[in-house]
Amino acid sequence: MPEIKVTPLGAGQDVGRSCILVSIAGKNVMLDCGMHMGYNDDRRFPDFSYITQNGRLTDFLDCVIISHFHLDHCGALPYFSEMVGYDGPIYMSHPTKAICPILLEDYRKITVDKKGETNFFTSQMIKDCMKKVVAVHLHQTVQVDEELEIKAYYAGHVLGAAMFQIKVGCESVVYTGDYNMTPDRHLGAAWIDKCRPDLLITESTYATTIRDSKRCRERDFLKKVHETVERGGKVLIPVFALGRAQELCILLETFWERMNLKAPIYFSTGLTEKANHYYKLFITWTNQKIRKTFVQRNMFEFKHIKAFDRAFADNPGPMVVFATPGMLHAGQSLQIFRKWAGNEKNMVIMPGYCVQGTVGHKILSGQRKLEMEGRQILEVKMQVEYMSFSAHADAKGIMQLIRQAEPRNVLLVHGEAKKMEFLRQKIEQEFHVSCFMPANGETTTILTNPSIPVDISLGLLKRETAIGAAPDAKKPKLMHGTLLMKDNSFRLVSPEQALKELGLAEHQLRFTCRVHIQDPRKEHETVLRVYNHLKGILKDYSVQHLPDGSITVESILIQATAHSEDQGTKVLLVSWTYQDEELGSYLTSLLKKGLPQSTP
Amino acid sequence: MAAHLKKRVYEEFTKVVQQHEDLSTKKLRLTKPSKSAALHVDLCKATSPADALQYLLQFARKPVEVESVEGVVRILLEHYYKENDASVRLKIASLLGLLSKTAGFSPDCIVDDAINTLQNEKSHQVLAQLLDTLLVIGTKLPENPSVRMRLVEVACKHLTDSSHGVRNKCLQLIGCLGPVEKGVAKEAESQAAKDVQKIIGDHFNDQDPRVRTAAIKAMLQLHERGLKLQQAIYSQACKLLADDYEQVRSAAVQLIWVLSQLYPESIVPIPSSNEEIRLVDDAFGKICHMVSDGSWVVRVQAAKLLGSMQQVSSHFLEQTLDKKLMSDLRRKRTAHERAKELYSSGEFSSGRKWGDDAPKEEIDTGAVNLIESGACGAFVHGLEDEMYEVRIAAVEALCMLAQSSPSFAEKCLDFLVDMFNDEIEEVRLQSIHTMRKISNNITLREDQLDTVLAVLEDSSRDIREALHELLCCTNVSTKEGIHLALVELLKNLTKYPTDRESIWKCLKFLGSRHPTLVLPLVPELLSTHPFFDTPEPDMDDPAYIAVLVLIFNAAKSCPTMPALFSDHTFRHYAYLRDSLSHLVPPLRLPGRKLVSSAVSPSITPHEDPSQQFLHQSLERVYNFQHLDPRGIQELLEFTIRDLQRLGELQSELAGMADFTATYLQCQLLLIKALQEKLWNVAAPLYLKQNALASTAAKQILEETYKMEFMYSGVESRQVVIIHHMRLQAKALQLIVTARTTRGVEPLFGMCEKFLQEVDSFQRCFISELPHMQGSFVDKLLDLMPRLVTSKPSEVVKILQTTLRQSTFLHLPLPEQLHRATANIIEPTGESDNPLRFTSGLVVALDVDATLEHVQDPQGTVKVQVLYPDGQAQIIHPKPADFRNPGPGRHRLITQVYLSHTAWTEPCQIEVRLLLAYNSNRSKASTRIPKSTWSESLEALPPSENGIEGTIPFSKPVKVYIMPKPARR
Repeated sequence: MPEIKVTPLGAGQDVGRSCILVSIAGKNVMLDCGMHMGYNDDRRFPDFSYITQNGRLTDFLDCVIISHFHLDHCGALPYFSEMVGYDGPIYMSHPTKAICPILLEDYRKITVDKKGETNFFTSQMIKDCMKKVVAVHLHQTVQVDEELEIKAYYAGHVLGAAMFQIKVGCESVVYTGDYNMTPDRHLGAAWIDKCRPDLLITESTYATTIRDSKRCRERDFLKKVHETVERGGKVLIPVFALGRAQELCILLETFWERMNLKAPIYFSTGLTEKANHYYKLFITWTNQKIRKTFVQRNMFEFKHIKAFDRAFADNPGPMVVFATPGMLHAGQSLQIFRKWAGNEKNMVIMPGYCVQGTVGHKILSGQRKLEMEGRQILEVKMQVEYMSFSAHADAKGIMQLIRQAEPRNVLLVHGEAKKMEFLRQKIEQEFHVSCFMPANGETTTILTNPSIPVDISLGLLKRETAIGAAPDAKKPKLMHGTLLMKDNSFRLVSPEQALKELGLAEHQLRFTCRVHIQDPRKEHETVLRVYNHLKGILKDYSVQHLPDGSITVESILIQATAHSEDQGTKVLLVSWTYQDEELGSYLTSLLKKGLPQSTP
Repeated sequence: MAAHLKKRVYEEFTKVVQQHEDLSTKKLRLTKPSKSAALHVDLCKATSPADALQYLLQFARKPVEVESVEGVVRILLEHYYKENDASVRLKIASLLGLLSKTAGFSPDCIVDDAINTLQNEKSHQVLAQLLDTLLVIGTKLPENPSVRMRLVEVACKHLTDSSHGVRNKCLQLIGCLGPVEKGVAKEAESQAAKDVQKIIGDHFNDQDPRVRTAAIKAMLQLHERGLKLQQAIYSQACKLLADDYEQVRSAAVQLIWVLSQLYPESIVPIPSSNEEIRLVDDAFGKICHMVSDGSWVVRVQAAKLLGSMQQVSSHFLEQTLDKKLMSDLRRKRTAHERAKELYSSGEFSSGRKWGDDAPKEEIDTGAVNLIESGACGAFVHGLEDEMYEVRIAAVEALCMLAQSSPSFAEKCLDFLVDMFNDEIEEVRLQSIHTMRKISNNITLREDQLDTVLAVLEDSSRDIREALHELLCCTNVSTKEGIHLALVELLKNLTKYPTDRESIWKCLKFLGSRHPTLVLPLVPELLSTHPFFDTPEPDMDDPAYIAVLVLIFNAAKSCPTMPALFSDHTFRHYAYLRDSLSHLVPPLRLPGRKLVSSAVSPSITPHEDPSQQFLHQSLERVYNFQHLDPRGIQELLEFTIRDLQRLGELQSELAGMADFTATYLQCQLLLIKALQEKLWNVAAPLYLKQNALASTAAKQILEETYKMEFMYSGVESRQVVIIHHMRLQAKALQLIVTARTTRGVEPLFGMCEKFLQEVDSFQRCFISELPHMQGSFVDKLLDLMPRLVTSKPSEVVKILQTTLRQSTFLHLPLPEQLHRATANIIEPTGESDNPLRFTSGLVVALDVDATLEHVQDPQGTVKVQVLYPDGQAQIIHPKPADFRNPGPGRHRLITQVYLSHTAWTEPCQIEVRLLLAYNSNRSKASTRIPKSTWSESLEALPPSENGIEGTIPFSKPVKVYIMPKPARR
């Protein structure tokens, strides 16, 4: 029985460090190559020694696929390809290929320059690594080699995020990466066709959550910002440079446009500008609205959002500032926060999750007095708001995707074990497919039942379909032919051709059967009676009375002789080849019933 | 560029003028050599299939007369059997279909031949085309059931064909022609009908998705033609919902919908349980499920159909808005629920705390159903969909369902309010309109109102106006709500002063709907103080007027309110009642005799004093015969003045008053012209003096065109009078010309033309002539035999006397008469900053105007730009620039491109709207088909009265522009 083996090196019952090995029909594919945010030691990268202890990884992996540019999905790539050593192809979407190196470089800078780590990948390594990347388009089928092919589907989540279908022969696996089933202000919803893969590997970050409509959150967010700005207050929105930041920018930009607001919006510079540039370029990966209106105006060419300068923070009057980083733990956002915290007219909106220990977490949990470095106490008078903008599919979304793709098996990754367990039960209950959730390093084996394609000669096909009822796609049809297994291929050919190809002589196989009939008359009279009887019943067949006293029905021969002992009993010898088995057996059963009483 | 653009503008302008020159062509009946013969020759000449194909293609371009169709068909068929090339046969087959469509041709004579062609055909494509032809033939013979039966049999025979195209066509044919009669000829017919359904139903499982689609479509076709589909199909159709192909699913959704409407109350079992539910509920659940389909086409289809399933039980209906939220397996309340709770606990929205939405109770893991089989959350999904088409469809469906179920309306309110923040304007607009439609079923909570009002700041005018309309008919529950609405509307007013009218109107309704809620707000709104006098507010402040409109309208049904007014409020009331009478209702104020209080609502509008006044003054005018000329003139002048003033005061009578005033004006001009001294003076002297008479004639002509084309509601009775007046003006013109020109030659032509006009007038309005006793035309027609034979000079003399003697015709007034008006809102013409642009380049000027009572504005309304050098441009706005916000109202929002050579100083150009008319497509002729003259009108050579022109019907607006010389 063929099988698909899946081993998560990361993201198995865990979030972060996504890295999943899949072997399918003799091909080995690595899905994602991420780092773990929570660790600073060796555990931050997947353990590639699992693949091979010694020897090049290239020999063991046919390809690597990166789903999107988040570091927990691509952070270990330069380490993997340059330091461990992999020269095979790496596949990712065009936007991912464009943005990924920016993030990697940023990550490297923070680790090496700020934290002073050595033995980390260098800028050159990132460049070399990116040279190995092959970019793919949406819905483009890429032949990795003769048998392995991959295809990308739209996944929402972030710009350029893709789901991948990996297919060898009839067996296929779909890996979702991170995806989003509800559209947002700049990206559409994930979509996949009914590809019925053998296995669907899906993320399950929000396995136990069903989310509220996005509109309420957006409206709340806009209302808060609007009210504060109208009051003359300043709004600080700490963000990470990519992803949600762009969504919020679009949201505010359109709102400003709609409401004709004049207060300035600033975006702290840095890698953002570069990233925005890519957002402008990859319009096809965004949502309907942006795609439709970009001819008039590219939505990412912000009219109201300008670059931030340090000096602007002291300007009087209302303003909105997006500043990095998102958890208020350092950098520009913290500086601005310090300046504005004392005024109750101002507001800070945290658009995402904050790690414990950061200023962001502290203020969100209600702390109003913060101890900053140098023992000074900062009193927070400004309003603190929390708005969750997250782009993962919730439980309903995951179920919806499964419904769309109709997989035969499901495997959950990228989530917490407890939550996965719930979703696993649900999936098995609703779809009646088996669902797996391996931990890191644990191998799951899935048996597949691939259909095997067989070539059939056109002549044979036509001949066979012509016999019997009209073809019906929903019902299997019986065909006569010879299956030839030769040179690793299967062919269905007619018997004659098979004999010819194999150089075999044809052997006749005949069945003979004797039927005793009580008939006192002469032999030839009996024959005549049998002939008439058969002629009367088998109207569609050619029944012939040969001069030598035998009857043929098609190719079936019937001869009558008197019984050697009892002259009143006639013995009918019926003989047919095995091709006529059906007719032959019918005939014997007919004759066994005896002849009708003749009415002379 | 500019030159090119200008050229284009002029081209467009000139185009109008040229349009009617070619109208004088006469219909000719040419006897051509038989078309069939020509075709035959062509086809015989063809040496190769490609040649033959070319001939056929050429042939297909020209129409064939009814008589020769059959011959052509025979030739084509003959050639068909000879032809070996499939493409030519295909073309012939399609031609056969085309020919059978010829109007007036009955194709039953070619049915047999067409069926015969099918027998030996091998090519699938040709076969499909032939079946298509048969379909055409079948549809042409609706009352020939036997032929139809035969065709259906033929189609059934070919259903086993291996090509999907052929099967497709067969199913289509069966769907269109299959017998649907029931009851009358029971036995045979209904048996066949059952067969047809079964045959089509068998192909629901065809291997080709296109055939499956065609089968479902054929079934739907049968339904449309009146066959009652069997309920048994329902289960089959349900299976098709899971098809791999979107077009199949889309069609299946439709089929399920049809069945749910046919058998709403039947009971179907729920699979995997013993329960049973109504079919319509089951279908509703299934269609709801399709709202989260993978293909957006199906989603749109499903969302649309949901709206029309009104028999669904409310239990199911309300599920569509339900989506159980959870977080880490704990039940979470939706933002909507939280908002509601916050509201009911009496607490006004406090800033949200971190973890405010923290999940509360634990959920039993077994009870959570992630994919409900039922309708759960269908609309929640639909409204959040990626494609705006789906969202719009969902909003529409919500609207329809909410209109029929008040409880559902209440529930869907939150979702609709959310849609006000959609990213696509169309969706926002649609949801505002929807909300307005269901507004009588709902009362807005304060928090909802808050969200609704937030949209008032939208920069799109359409959105704001739609919102004002919505507010006009909303129910607000608290006085805080009213206050909030007022504050937001005033904010809107300061931000967008152009919204003034719309906001006032909105407040008018808001006030009259909620008098009791406004009452406690009055002191605050008027900022009165129990002890101190407060300064009198500025009467010209639009915001203050807005507040007063709200209060006065509330006071109408709240008699205690006026007691709270201060002195100046009463004064302001009197002023506003006069100046903004459409916004301020008459009030019963203590100690004040009201002018309009005499008008009690019981008096019907016909007895309205202003209407009476109108009629009385007209009566007076029509009886002036025995007055001296001086008196007549004076009377006319006074009456015109009165009428004009009346029109200003009474907006509902404005059309009528203006119309009559214009008519009287014409008469006045005519009288004045005829009383000129010039008629008595010798020829050489009046050269100078004729100015008045000729201008009068010209003006009368203009006015008559205005009367005919600028008013909606003009009937044929009025048209006659108008034409009659025009005829008089033309007579006047003729007389004046005869007097001033020397020589007779030019007069010949003019007389001829005039007599022709009289003639055509007589033919057009023959039915009306009896009503015109003693009129100019009446007398003229009596003299007609003499006129035709006499010389021009005599004609002129006769005309002059008849014109003087003729009586003034009574103008009957129609029931409803509205004058087309236009008001340019943008540009305002107040700007002192010139619009600067480089000469030779173009500048786009935004024009925004409201049009009222304009019929077919797309065809008639033009924008005119007048430059200071006298140059004028006429611009045709695109049809898409017109919007139709209400009956009789239109809105023109367009851009006008300006260009000019460099000027040294900024200067003003004038922009105005024109109403283009064309006396050919006279309103009367299109509107009254019953009268005899409209038929005779067709026989007239159209160039005779094909006069076109434009009427300016808006105040010109001045725009300051400055084309700068281009810098080199």
